[in-house]
Amino acid sequence: MLLRLHQIDKFYSTGEGPLHVLHGIDLSLEAGKSLALTGESGSGKSTLLHLVAGLDSPDAGEIHLGGTNIVGLNDTALAALRRGTVGLVFQQFNLIPSLDVAANLAFQARLAGRPDPAWLKVLAERLGLAKVLTRYPEQLSSGQQQRVAIGRTLAARPRLVLADEPTGNLDEATGDAVLDLILSLVTETGAALLMVTHSNRLANRLNAHVHLQAGRLV
Amino acid sequence: MVWTGLTALLSHWRMRPVQLAMLLLGLSLATALWSAVQAINGEARASYDRAAAILGQDRLAQLVREDGARIDQQVFVRLRRAGWLVSPVIEGEMRFGDVRLRVLGIDPLTLPPQAQQVDIAAGDQLLPFITAPGVLYAAPETAARLTEQATPPVRVAEGLPPGTVLTDIGQAQVLLGAKDKISRLLLWPDQPIGRAPLKLIAPGLTLREPSETGDLARLTDSFHLNLTAFGFLAFAVGLFIVHSAIGLAFEQRRPVFRTLRALGLPARVLVLLLIAELLIFALLAGLVGVALGYIVASALLPDVAATLRGLYGADVPGTLSIRPAVWAAGLAIAVIGTLVAAAQSLWRLWHLPLLAAAQPRAWARASERALRAQGVAAMVLLLTAAGIAQFGSGLEAGFALLAALLLGAALALPLVLTGILHLGGRLARGPLAEWFWADTRQQLPGLSFALMALLLALAANVGVSTMVSSFRLTFIGWLDQRLSSELYVTARTEAEATAIHDWLAQRSDAVLPIWSIEGRVAGQPAAIYGVADHATYRDNWPILSAVPEVWDRIATGEGALINEQLARRQGLGLGDQITLPGGWRASIVGVYADYGNPIGQVIIGIDTLVQHYPDVSRLRYAIRIAPGKAEALARGLRAEFGLPAQNVIDQAGIKVFSLKVFERTFNVTAALNVLTLGVAGLAMFASLMTLSGMRLPQLAPVWAMGLTRRHLAWLELSRGLLLAALTMLAAVPVGIALAFVLLAVVNVEAFGWRLPMHLFPGDWARLAALALLAAGLAAAVPAWRLARLSPSDLLKVFAHER
Ligand SMILES: Nc1ncnc2c1ncn2[C@@H]1O[C@H](COP(=O)(O)OP(=O)(O)OP(=O)(O)O)[C@@H](O)[C@H]1O
Ligand SMILES: [Mg+2]
Repeated sequence: MLLRLHQIDKFYSTGEGPLHVLHGIDLSLEAGKSLALTGESGSGKSTLLHLVAGLDSPDAGEIHLGGTNIVGLNDTALAALRRGTVGLVFQQFNLIPSLDVAANLAFQARLAGRPDPAWLKVLAERLGLAKVLTRYPEQLSSGQQQRVAIGRTLAARPRLVLADEPTGNLDEATGDAVLDLILSLVTETGAALLMVTHSNRLANRLNAHVHLQAGRLV
Repeated sequence: MVWTGLTALLSHWRMRPVQLAMLLLGLSLATALWSAVQAINGEARASYDRAAAILGQDRLAQLVREDGARIDQQVFVRLRRAGWLVSPVIEGEMRFGDVRLRVLGIDPLTLPPQAQQVDIAAGDQLLPFITAPGVLYAAPETAARLTEQATPPVRVAEGLPPGTVLTDIGQAQVLLGAKDKISRLLLWPDQPIGRAPLKLIAPGLTLREPSETGDLARLTDSFHLNLTAFGFLAFAVGLFIVHSAIGLAFEQRRPVFRTLRALGLPARVLVLLLIAELLIFALLAGLVGVALGYIVASALLPDVAATLRGLYGADVPGTLSIRPAVWAAGLAIAVIGTLVAAAQSLWRLWHLPLLAAAQPRAWARASERALRAQGVAAMVLLLTAAGIAQFGSGLEAGFALLAALLLGAALALPLVLTGILHLGGRLARGPLAEWFWADTRQQLPGLSFALMALLLALAANVGVSTMVSSFRLTFIGWLDQRLSSELYVTARTEAEATAIHDWLAQRSDAVLPIWSIEGRVAGQPAAIYGVADHATYRDNWPILSAVPEVWDRIATGEGALINEQLARRQGLGLGDQITLPGGWRASIVGVYADYGNPIGQVIIGIDTLVQHYPDVSRLRYAIRIAPGKAEALARGLRAEFGLPAQNVIDQAGIKVFSLKVFERTFNVTAALNVLTLGVAGLAMFASLMTLSGMRLPQLAPVWAMGLTRRHLAWLELSRGLLLAALTMLAAVPVGIALAFVLLAVVNVEAFGWRLPMHLFPGDWARLAALALLAAGLAAAVPAWRLARLSPSDLLKVFAHER
């Protein structure tokens, strides 16, 4: 099992006291498989994804990633995990504004110490970015930006791809095309995919589907 | 609607108290430094005016001798007999114990009412005034200095300039040892018709029209101009903070502006509201600034007063009076400065398209366009500076050159930094390094004003410290040459002087007279010294240029040496003729360095001096003796003649004193420099703090991809240090250019001497360390906050709520 969550609890501190966002979440995902996570706005989907990515820590429970429990790891270890093992695609504010598309695409792979120019070239072609490599993020459409973000994540060949509404900013046709791409590339690299989405239609195209309601899996 | 709009606008500052504090702090500091300089200048000018107005000189015409020499009292009698309504005045300097004062003698019976300084005729005060031992009138602080000294009775009178005593002309003639002499004649405004012409009765006299500004105001003009220039520089540096704080606040409130516009607030009203908001800030900060300015000014004034006394003999009180004009000017400059700093932002707001989506990067991109315009402006300014350097002349041109140079360099800085950062990115290896350089370049527009302020402050520091250190080096060398005698003695009377001379003849290697008279040369106040024909002068005198055998020609009485400032001001050179007081002429055989002296000086042979000015006071001597025996001789002199300690001074004593005067002269500039650097550091801090809030979207992706917050924080800190270091590098050549202009142009115009430039890289290293420390501190706070930022705050970047 690549990913296993056990009895995860998460609180946020707010002005009105602690907010219990996730209640005893249990979840697992095998390598090479894809899992969709749906739920109403505010149900805790993004929070869950962030915990898995090592961006934030749970208040209780265990997260096993490739056999190690990442809960309680220090900042440096978590950063190494983000660099090497997982790849993240957010809905927005994904890219580094001061670097051009080519540098953005290569960034994470180089950071992880796995640069692979041939693979990058293939990705740029497949994502339709070959013609915009020298542009800066602000000069791209949101669909193009999203494709750069996806390409950047996949370029590093992470074992687990985490995507938070990667198609939320796109129209339906483009969204479908982008999802196709993600799915085929994930399959080709043998990675696992955990994707948050609002759309049941998209969720149904993945291997499995779980639903969050007020912080509990149903 | 207006009120609702204003509350919406002001709520921004409640959310960002640090930004507000920076804006107010920048503005009040800028105002403070400016007002401090204004308060100091105002105090000094007021006391010059008081000096100029004494005895109604600003309103009454006078009769004087063109060469400044004293007039025989007989001339006064002749003029009165011929129907002229004139009143005699004698003035001169003298010592009461160790207090040096200007003595003014008047004739209360003929004094025009306009010259009535003190009401002498009141009650029964006239008789004691005109009969021995007379009465001295003095301002309260002068009177206080005289309590310990043996003087005629002293009465306190308001309105007299400091350091001046007023007494009857007869008493003054006795005190000054100038029997039957007067300095000038005051003319009553209404003169009888048909009186005999001046040429017939008093051929040597000329009429001097009343003048508002005295010699002091003219002499010290350049000093005050210098201060004003530095005050303005500090103010400009402060405005850079204000500009960037306002710019960022406008940028952050763009959505609010749009919403208000969309809700029906006309653009005009919005702009007026923002101006109202700015005016509130400007007035608040202006009040604080002027108050702070007074504190700074009263800390600096004692040094300024000492400088003015040492350098120009100008008496300025050491305490400040509160002047409404300074408050008004301070508030005005705060308001004008704010509006200037906000002009660009307001103009952009006026042209803000109503419907365009909020673009967080639009500001940066507009700045890129501005960068190009800035480059052009920088070129134009630097070319202007070169043009002025080539063709300009005069002190104003010197300062215009400085302004063009500094502003041009500041405007060019972002361009130069962009180039360097490009190059750095090109040379970088590895994704992080590449990102670091690229991201630093992207930060530049937001930081450029703070960096420009830093450049100005650093360049001013490098320039002024180079100037001062060069001056100090030259000055010390010059003192060694100039003060080559081991002891200097001043007798109290001529009889004592003769006795001392005879006593010394057996006990020393040489006794050299230092006798001088004061007068006018080429229309300007000057001193004429006589020197003995002695190796002391031949071997040591700081000659800048001279004909061969110059000292022989002085000894034979044909030639005169003049100081550099007299030569430069009058355009005199070797071989030219000058007319000396008394109307005789001498040819210039040499020019010598005479730093720190505001007036012209002429040196002739001692015999020539005595021959032309038989009345010269013969009290001072320089004594040559083996250095090891000097102290014993000084003790012997004091004991033998009962001389007060300060009448026998050794070489080291004078040097210490001269250096002290020198150091105090530049204390003020040094203090202004440090304060300006502080303001620039604050500008950096303010910009980094404000930017740090806008930076999260740029940093969060890098964090998410596997960098720790601590690593990011270190990078942020290094970025601040890198920019400060590059700015410091750029500041060195600008500072050297500045020093060159100060030494070769401004000093020549202002003081009349040109100094060689010496470079002190050690000073730059110290300044660089200071700049890096300041930048490090400024960058540390936002970096520390970044390191301590909770993940959930960073994650908010990726959520919809942004
Ligand atoms: N940093 C935070 N501090 C306090 N509360 C937070 C924070 N982040 C999220 N929350 C709260 O936690 C709950 C879950 O948020 P989360 O972002 O995980 O929801 P989501 O399912 O991703 O919603 P959406 O579909 O709108 O993205 C919400 O009620 C949200 O308001
Ligand atoms: Mg979410």
